[in-house]
Amino acid sequence: MATQRAHKAARLMISPSVILLLAWMIIPLGTTIYFSFLRYNILTPPASWTGFENYYYFLTDPAFIPALVNTLVLVLGVLAITTIGGILLALLLNMEFWGQGIVRILVISPFFVMPTVSALVWKNMFMNPVNGLFAHLFRAFGLQPVDFLSTLPLLSITIMVAWAWLPFATLILLTALQSLDSEQMEAAEMDGAGWLSRFIYLTLPHLTRSITVVVLIQTIFLLAVFAEIYVTTAGGPGYASTNIPFLIYNLSLKQFDAGMGAAGGVIAVIIANIVAFFLMRAVGKNLEL
Amino acid sequence: MARQTTTGQRALVTAVAWGIGILISFPIIWTVLTSFKTEATAIASPPVWFSFDWTLQNYIDVNTRSDYARYFMNSVVISIGSTLLGLAVAIPAAWSMAFQPTKNTKNVLMWMLSTKMMPAVGVLVPVYMGLRSMGLLDSRTALVIIMMLMNLPIIVWMLFTYFREIPGEILEAARMDGANLRNEIIYVLTPMTVPGIASTLLLNVILAWNEAFWTLNLTTTNAAPLTAFIASFSSPQGLFYAKLSAASTMAIAPILILGWFSQKQLVRGLTFGAVK
Amino acid sequence: MGQITLENVAKSFGEVEVIPPLDLTIEDGEFVVFVGPSGCGKSTLLRLIAGLEDVSGGKIVIDGSDATQASPAKRGLAMVFQSYALYPHMSVRKNIAFPMKMAGIDEAEQKRRIDSAAKALNLTDYLDRRPGQLSGGQRQRVAIGRAIVREPAAFLFDEPLSNLDAALRVGMRLEISELHNRLKTTMIYVTHDQVEAMTMADKIVVLQAGRIEQVGSPLELYRNPRNVFVAGFIGSPKMNLFTGAAAVEYGAETIGVRPEHVSVSADSGKWKGRIGVSEHLGSDSFFYVEDTGLADAVTVRADGEVAFRHGDEIWLTPAEDKIHRFDKNGDRM
Repeated sequence: MATQRAHKAARLMISPSVILLLAWMIIPLGTTIYFSFLRYNILTPPASWTGFENYYYFLTDPAFIPALVNTLVLVLGVLAITTIGGILLALLLNMEFWGQGIVRILVISPFFVMPTVSALVWKNMFMNPVNGLFAHLFRAFGLQPVDFLSTLPLLSITIMVAWAWLPFATLILLTALQSLDSEQMEAAEMDGAGWLSRFIYLTLPHLTRSITVVVLIQTIFLLAVFAEIYVTTAGGPGYASTNIPFLIYNLSLKQFDAGMGAAGGVIAVIIANIVAFFLMRAVGKNLEL
Repeated sequence: MARQTTTGQRALVTAVAWGIGILISFPIIWTVLTSFKTEATAIASPPVWFSFDWTLQNYIDVNTRSDYARYFMNSVVISIGSTLLGLAVAIPAAWSMAFQPTKNTKNVLMWMLSTKMMPAVGVLVPVYMGLRSMGLLDSRTALVIIMMLMNLPIIVWMLFTYFREIPGEILEAARMDGANLRNEIIYVLTPMTVPGIASTLLLNVILAWNEAFWTLNLTTTNAAPLTAFIASFSSPQGLFYAKLSAASTMAIAPILILGWFSQKQLVRGLTFGAVK
Repeated sequence: MGQITLENVAKSFGEVEVIPPLDLTIEDGEFVVFVGPSGCGKSTLLRLIAGLEDVSGGKIVIDGSDATQASPAKRGLAMVFQSYALYPHMSVRKNIAFPMKMAGIDEAEQKRRIDSAAKALNLTDYLDRRPGQLSGGQRQRVAIGRAIVREPAAFLFDEPLSNLDAALRVGMRLEISELHNRLKTTMIYVTHDQVEAMTMADKIVVLQAGRIEQVGSPLELYRNPRNVFVAGFIGSPKMNLFTGAAAVEYGAETIGVRPEHVSVSADSGKWKGRIGVSEHLGSDSFFYVEDTGLADAVTVRADGEVAFRHGDEIWLTPAEDKIHRFDKNGDRM
């Protein structure tokens, strides 16, 4: 396996992937950084150098702090729901019951629904204050229907996104649970450990790594939630459901301020990299070569 | 557990599990049901469950009115095209890393993964401007390439984990039998890893099919796939629940079915092999 | 033809030199066995000959032409791997046909060679099965079949029997020997099992830490081991090696005597001891004699009828002309 010829072939065969990804990373990212120092309106070129002005305006934009807070609330809210829900669901699905295969398919299905579909279905068929199922439900109990997307926009989006990601967490935690050594559990039972202490001292530690992976991977995707906001609230009312990606989208392609959009992009990259750093460490530890 | 649960316990767990399973997938079930109703029944209060006149009219309407076929074809071309292109680039790379590892292999893999962490929104502006200047906005070509680049790290990683399970001796045997590198990959490695390549393909088609950042921002009409088609329903147009449901059902059905088949490989693909 | 010459061939992995420069000539038609403990570099040496590894220095000449830089495919050698390395997605027929397909041999000739190999290896009934449906021994035969049809200049075997159970191993050993007798093609065979080496080889190459300790026919190695290592490695049970007073008596640092060259007596002899463990196999008896003052235990092989038991006192006498003497470097005197 270790001939010079093979090494040379290996380098040659890996290079297209490396070159493509390197280009995909460096060219747009370099351009974004460059743009972020320009006063640059897409509709009225040419651009001019402004230094850190775009960063200043982006960070002091009235929408920035709400967007940052919304991003964090959305990420943390979805993480809480999906991790806790995922653990409970995984424990349930790991038990013996009739029709396991079908229930598994039912639980996993939301993950395959494209974000625009899930957002529109939730928006219209469930959360609509007149015709939505929730409205019917509220009226059936004699309550006043709630206009979810106007009054609770961020919560509504959190629910939609959590619904899409709950299957992901469940599936991964269930896989991890199935690799738990049942003899270990039986030994603990012989030692007199009750259900709760077995869960706390055996199951949970066994799941730690998978939970870490779930949290980190979801964070990467949740920081980038876009389509759900785009088709439901468009960031409103006001900035109530604007997150960082949506804010940047708004600045760049709605207000045509490429410079400020780029400055926002650089900040988004920095935030993602902080998370990525921890994810890479978690994944890297499990990679044996 | 080696121990048998009692039938009573089992019945209880079954009831709870089915209840929760149906609850979680209820939005999908409800959407599919609604797609067979008339617009009037779709918004009836109280809601109608099963006892309505089933109709296919919504599917016919959606197909004739909004050129569904074009969006569908765009989705197919973009998701399958980008995945096949990605496989063509990734198979040699994964071969190199699995069978000719160097001390840098791990770093290269981790670096590839890290490109996946880059938020799309961070590079939206230059990508948009670049494509505009090349006249590639709203083109399938641009989306195929971007989806390929988005998913390339995942494809390389998944293939790498599958290739690593092939014993090196078999490839050496092929070499001794007179196969050159090309034949070694075509006649020995690829057929042996068909299941792995198939699940890689499946997962990446799913991811590309559902991708809704680049597809929404870089297309308008010509290259718009189903994500954009559905998004066009975001502003209400009179009575449209049943039609929205029919369109949604058509948009998700193919991928839902593929997804059910690939659920076992999904975990591995999405966690980069960290959880098996 | 299949003459292979190694000139100053060396191999290092990074800083670690696994094979210091060595010379070796393998004659056409010879059955050569590389034997040595695990990690001695015997498999690496085979892989260098195969072209699966690059040499760090030296020259490999196959049938008079320099093959040092040739790719494995171009060297005209066939290899049988320890794990058989069959292509699991191909039928037995396709497995055997693969090297011919790569060589562009026409279909009719392919079929002729497959049929004759299948017949010789008892695989005719299994040609349409997949490797996964075969037993270990059958897989081994398919691997050999795949090697035969190439009509190679030499066969390379990398511990081919180590995955088989003991009974099958003896059978396959015979089959490979018969194959060699029939084809008269050069074979290089790597094993850590000295019994395989002794039974199959025309020429044994004993390796330790990448160095060739001795090259010779099985009986040469048995009769005249060049050093302590070869003395201890070749022969079963192992040669008894003594240092100290017993060796000084013969003017040597170490002396060795094989278990079969020691005679036993209940009342008289050269060395006195007590039997620790006795093994009676019917044909032979083995005694592990303790308290001799020579070594922890002296192994003795005697006639099957000799009836000593655990705890018996015993006298041992070595055959004087069968005593091997070694100097303080471990070399034969």
